[in-house]
Amino acid sequence: MKYLKFLLVGVFFGIVLVKSEAVSWYRIYEMFRFQSFHMYGIIGTAIASGVLFLQISKKGIFKSIKGADIFVPKKEKGISRYIIGGIIFGFGWALIGACPGPMYILLGTGVYSMIIVIAAAILGTYIYGVFKDKLPH
Amino acid sequence: MEYILNPWPWYISGPLIASVMALLLYFGKTFGMSSNLRTMCSIMGAGKTANFFKFNWKEQIWNLVVVLGAIIGGFIATHYLSNDSLTDLNPITITELQNMGFKNSGATLVPNEMYSMEALTSPKGLLLLVLGGLLVGFGTRYAGGCTSGHAITGLSSLQKPSLIAVIGFFIGGLIMTNFILPLIF
Repeated sequence: MKYLKFLLVGVFFGIVLVKSEAVSWYRIYEMFRFQSFHMYGIIGTAIASGVLFLQISKKGIFKSIKGADIFVPKKEKGISRYIIGGIIFGFGWALIGACPGPMYILLGTGVYSMIIVIAAAILGTYIYGVFKDKLPH
Repeated sequence: MEYILNPWPWYISGPLIASVMALLLYFGKTFGMSSNLRTMCSIMGAGKTANFFKFNWKEQIWNLVVVLGAIIGGFIATHYLSNDSLTDLNPITITELQNMGFKNSGATLVPNEMYSMEALTSPKGLLLLVLGGLLVGFGTRYAGGCTSGHAITGLSSLQKPSLIAVIGFFIGGLIMTNFILPLIF
């Protein structure tokens, strides 16, 4: 039962990403060709709403379900890992047109070949884990 | 009902995505989809060969449940909440893709030229999906997050590392779409 709320959040997330067409390979292509405002509008309004929510939360108006302050963990400091890792991720994102959320959602929409992408992404994560200490961070 | 069945405009979709982040924060968790890839490695025993995967994955089950929900959500959205409207792409995009060999752009969510069973049986088709998956899996963990963790959560909380990561996402994406994709197709 304690997982039900997470299942519902996931269902909601999946529906929103399909209906917004953010899971569309074509929308990602169009975004990186600067031929449509659609994806920039989605990402922009998502961040603007997110900033608003977190700024209001800072004033203690929203609390978590357990009554604690809304808390976003701080990312570790660094530059190399973010820029290099980011570029590598960007290559993959633009090629397959899906990031780690949409991969699963697209599987649900009936794109079964996405299983290959997901399996390869798990392997890619594993390769990172093995070579982590040898990479600049 | 037409409003629901038609594709949703960006100004509705963006705030709804932010509400997914807000809901997870309200439940005391954070929005980050790529973490699940690490969890799955750990479940499959990757902790035996790399310390990075030695953690108590049971604490991450909630996030796998979000994934399960997302799959169900994808199913519900396409089977019950959609009509057969096409993705309203820029006509220039459609022509461009046509010249690269992509037919019926926007009729499906992903191109048949890459994702159909027919495409999979060609070595090139299979290689592209595997390569794309590897890049996403490796890059996202190296960068410590993906679109949900960095672009949405990280930028919403005004974190500099996330800004650097998102700039990286766009450098990579722009190079792939503008320079590499035309060489592949």
